[in-house]
Amino acid sequence: MTLTRRKFLKAAATSALSVMAVPCISQGFELEGRMSLGPKALKARRWAMVVDMNKCRDDCADDCLIACHEIHNVPYIPKAEHEVMWLFLEPYENAFPERSHRFLSKRVREKEFFLMCNHCEDPPCARVCPTQATFKREKDGIVMIDYHRCIGCRFCMAACPYGSRSFNFRDPRPFIKKINPEFPTRRRGVVEKCNFCQELLEVGRMPACVEACKEGVLTFGDLEDPTSAVRTLLSEKPHIRRKPDLGTGPSVFYIV
Amino acid sequence: MLEKVFHGGKGYWVWVLALAAGVGIGLMAYLYQLREGMWVTGMSRDVSWGFYISQFTFLVGVAASVLMVVLPLYLHDFKAFARITALSQFLAVGTLLMSLLFIFSDVGMPMRILNVPLNPTPHSMLFYDTVFLPGFMVINLIIGWTAIGAEKREVPLQWWVKGLIYLSMPWAVVMHTVTAFIYAGTPGRGFWMTAIMAPRFLVTAFAAGPALLIILCTAIKTLTHFVVTERAIQKLVTIMLYALIIDAFFLGVEYFTVFYADIPEYTETFQYLFLGIDGDCALVPWTWCMNLALLVAIGLLVIPGARSNRPVLIAACIIALIGLWIDKGYVLVPAAFIPNVFGRIMEYPPSWVELTISLGIYALGTLIITALYKVVISVKEETQDL
Amino acid sequence: MFNKGWVIGGIIIFVAVAAFPFYWYQVGRDKPFPELELPAKEKRCVESVDFMRANHMRLLDAWRIAVVRDDLLIYTSAKGENFEMNLHKTCMGCHTSRDRFCNRCHDYNNVVPPCWDCHFAPSEAVKDQRPEVGVQPPAQRGLRPGARSEVIRVNRKGGKS
Ligand code: SF4
Ligand code: SF4
Repeated sequence: MTLTRRKFLKAAATSALSVMAVPCISQGFELEGRMSLGPKALKARRWAMVVDMNKCRDDCADDCLIACHEIHNVPYIPKAEHEVMWLFLEPYENAFPERSHRFLSKRVREKEFFLMCNHCEDPPCARVCPTQATFKREKDGIVMIDYHRCIGCRFCMAACPYGSRSFNFRDPRPFIKKINPEFPTRRRGVVEKCNFCQELLEVGRMPACVEACKEGVLTFGDLEDPTSAVRTLLSEKPHIRRKPDLGTGPSVFYIV
Repeated sequence: MLEKVFHGGKGYWVWVLALAAGVGIGLMAYLYQLREGMWVTGMSRDVSWGFYISQFTFLVGVAASVLMVVLPLYLHDFKAFARITALSQFLAVGTLLMSLLFIFSDVGMPMRILNVPLNPTPHSMLFYDTVFLPGFMVINLIIGWTAIGAEKREVPLQWWVKGLIYLSMPWAVVMHTVTAFIYAGTPGRGFWMTAIMAPRFLVTAFAAGPALLIILCTAIKTLTHFVVTERAIQKLVTIMLYALIIDAFFLGVEYFTVFYADIPEYTETFQYLFLGIDGDCALVPWTWCMNLALLVAIGLLVIPGARSNRPVLIAACIIALIGLWIDKGYVLVPAAFIPNVFGRIMEYPPSWVELTISLGIYALGTLIITALYKVVISVKEETQDL
Repeated sequence: MFNKGWVIGGIIIFVAVAAFPFYWYQVGRDKPFPELELPAKEKRCVESVDFMRANHMRLLDAWRIAVVRDDLLIYTSAKGENFEMNLHKTCMGCHTSRDRFCNRCHDYNNVVPPCWDCHFAPSEAVKDQRPEVGVQPPAQRGLRPGARSEVIRVNRKGGKS
């Protein structure tokens, strides 16, 4: 008999490997149709947000937070450890730990700031993602997560220096009070964060939080366009960004 | 050669069955985690990596330490190591299998794990780990297996196996360096962002591996007829001692830089580790234990009389191993998240699910190592002239 | 060394175990092709019926990549008609029922696409789509509207100063 056990095992292993390789190479499908931008899509080279904290009233009903979380089906998870947050509040001393010191007045230290993903110019989260599920769209600077692709390794959460990312520790569906039927939910096991309302921009609307705030705290626009509303504000008023020394280039600015 | 695995005494089978039971329990815990989601672990949105990733880090180190056996043997012709290379290579196989399983248990969407090879991402350090880890595992399995086969048939090693051996040397260093780069490349985590991370990973690996090998060799000697020469053991001790001393030096350098420069972003975690912050001090005992263990192990090993006394040597190895495990396998990963990016303290205790799954993975790795060692030892028992 | 009885018995057991999916899921047994509920008003789909029947999953895959990764929104079909690439609005706008359209065929073919983990048919969104998870939605825990932000504020453990 020429077929020794050794040879048989080798052959079996080789064929098993090649069977596994088939689905990887048998892809190649051409759509007949074409795809294009939405006709009303808002365009910018780099979207940015300016938050004017002077205008923010403490006693309003947090319309912006609710608008954001409701439109995106963000679950309300009661346990702080597993919370999912796209737009959230932190006191000044926690939002800007490197800037706070004990001589700041209590009012400033405890003033709550709106935090969200900064859609960094050089996002460390996208740099570390092993599947390119997180990526920066070169066209408009929005840092996106492809929830179809994310494997939930949470490397991006370790790399994001702003705590902007939340992991779905549990199935979010039962924790969504009112499902917005226009937008999908996420599923257990993926990371999620603010998307600068990319789905609204492409149909010609401003982000939900900007639309919701009646006091004009939030201004949204193109950072690369010198005539845009955000650039006008930035040239008029002194402003800060979170942890600028890390070189990530946040696109969210705060007027204090 | 594989049939050797199925011939063993009563003790062997009890051991194998115990390990298999451990694997079963771990598997059950994993299915529970798969069904419920990651909330059954102790991790949170603040401490987003925990026990699994820690074990992965520690075990990759143990695997990389195969270099400390192969290098003296093949570059310096230190013949005494010829008897233990296979042991150390198969140890690497088992530990790498475990580290891959630990990554697998850590991801939230395990069914999508193939997205990593399907979307190769050269700018992600985790990508390099997924390339180098399985690669090193396969290389070592091939080398170890063919070397044992050659020994059994009493023929010299094939040329391509030698080539693989030389390839495995830089591979070990690169593999563990990219593991360190996972951590050292994250802006905003002061505790990780230090250039000493990769060198320290290597020296802790080169201490942990030999320590474990010494313990294993002693166990094998008492259980079987396979003998490892005192010369080989003493060489391992020397390697381990130097690695420990360099590690202590690196740690000292790190402590000095952090505490003397005193930049809050960098000191805060160390303050939490050594003293605790505002009464939150879950890692304080571990940190002190780790530093103490390092010093005690060095203290024991520098004494010539102590290190040639086998029980004392074993004690020193165990102490060193505990210290090194706490360092890389318990403290290193969660500590970087405490305080979190908002300067708040969210502590991390691993949950019972995490611990049970880890137990299962360790049992599986040990089972694989046991089986491979069984082959090595049977062949060596046949060929060694007693 | 080899015992015939053991080997043959082993092979039989192995085949029985390996063939488990075939007899368990009754592969090869005739089942009537399910009836799909087609939209009452709309007669034209994005592409021809034959194309959709064979390739809807590839079309959807191409769409999701285009929308998520390339920021595209409009699909112009081979016939030159424009559609918004949106599962909820475009597909489920006509095929309003997931159970009576998608699932019937998927069940018949025994495929479980993971779409529904995140997406849903808008008309079915009100019902909890995964009733096996027995956790009460927040509304039933007595939280008033707008309490979420309050929770975001107070939930996180107070830190150092
Ligand atoms: S804020 Fe964080 S998540 Fe957002 S782009 Fe920057 S690094 Fe990424
Ligand atoms: S958790 Fe998802 S998005 Fe984050 S790094 Fe991993 S794969 Fe990328």
